[in-house]
Amino acid sequence: MHLSTEAIVCAVLAHGEHGAIVRLLTPADGLRAGYVRGGRSRRLRPVLLAGNVVQAEYRARTEDQLPALTVELVHSRAPLHGEPLPAVAIDWATALAAVALPESQAYPHVHAALDGVLSAVEAAPAARGWAAALVRYELLLLSELGFGLDLSGCIATGTRDDLAFVSPRSGAAVSGGAGAPYAARLLRLPPFLLAGGEAGWGDILDGLALTGHFLARDILADRRGAVLAARERLVERLRRVTA
Amino acid sequence: MASPEIDALTQALARLPGLGPRSARRAVLHLLKKRETALAPLLRALETVNARLVSCHLCGNLDTVDPCAICTDGRRDARLLCVVEEVADLWALDRSRLFPGRFHVLGGRLSALEGVRPEDLTIDALVGRLAAGGIDEVVLAMNATLEGQTTAHYIAERIEAYPVRVTQLAHGLPVGGELDYLDEGTLAQALRARRPLG
Repeated sequence: MHLSTEAIVCAVLAHGEHGAIVRLLTPADGLRAGYVRGGRSRRLRPVLLAGNVVQAEYRARTEDQLPALTVELVHSRAPLHGEPLPAVAIDWATALAAVALPESQAYPHVHAALDGVLSAVEAAPAARGWAAALVRYELLLLSELGFGLDLSGCIATGTRDDLAFVSPRSGAAVSGGAGAPYAARLLRLPPFLLAGGEAGWGDILDGLALTGHFLARDILADRRGAVLAARERLVERLRRVTA
Repeated sequence: MASPEIDALTQALARLPGLGPRSARRAVLHLLKKRETALAPLLRALETVNARLVSCHLCGNLDTVDPCAICTDGRRDARLLCVVEEVADLWALDRSRLFPGRFHVLGGRLSALEGVRPEDLTIDALVGRLAAGGIDEVVLAMNATLEGQTTAHYIAERIEAYPVRVTQLAHGLPVGGELDYLDEGTLAQALRARRPLG
């Protein structure tokens, strides 16, 4: 097996005294793990940071072997680690990909979305510029893993207009009229997830509550406390920004 | 061929960081040859440390006394507190003898992938030390990794209510580093942290 591709660093696990097992999200081959000899050396530590883009080369004799991986830095996002919100966002977005995606399955849309979120975090002067992209990334990930929400029409009336809620059980949209009596038990569906465009802080927090519910229930059910703690820290920080 | 006891010693040494089976065999052979000058003192030292080893209840350092030698050192500035991830970091900073204050060991760093949460670290104990008063500055000496920095940001947020100056170690060019060999992330940090000369 020989694979040469550009990829995003998602997880780095120390292995032995000097090596590391690194999981990268590639555009065409999905999440791929590899052993980086000297991965904890002074030279490679700044390269193997979550969120960085690297040129990766995987080599293995057989497909079921953990490949040897060599990496070269293409783009570093380390300067963002010094800022609280971007650092937590990169931590969560990359950890989610590393934990949720099965290995060696192609998810080109998830790769594009993660790259988009990280680029937005880098480019936007404030969190409002990338928080909506983060919600869309989580929604896409749910969909790609088979737990997509059905936002095509109201599950009760069939109408395509006035969709305002999502059922926390079925993941299907509910119209404002049909859902109003049950509003306290339904999740709010922010308009930007249907129509696109700009999103206010209220909508972004509603979006995070929506995706957070289904991520915790369907994707991270067995490791909820551990991984979702990073997300809770992110949401808490975003709430403080908006307060 | 060695006896099972010597083999067991070799295997125990081979499990230590920095030693493999070959270097462990060399170390064992050296200990056996220099029984009086090497083996006996090593044995005594190991027994003493094993009998007295404790974790300092104030800072989390490993020592043979509690509170540890650093916490009880009257020459240290009690108003300065340096927060580190691991005991190894404390020893590295203390080895340099550049930091005149005291320390606080977190016992790790927040990690989404490894499942380390704030309650798994000694952050509450740190907040307790600040609440007790007498500290003017907290130096966050976390590793320059994503996890280290998110931990630093989290701690900064947790302690912002206390009237202390919160600082962080500088990031940038390493001593003896050549620009040509540095990654763009390090260079960007160094550029951001540039300062007037002269």
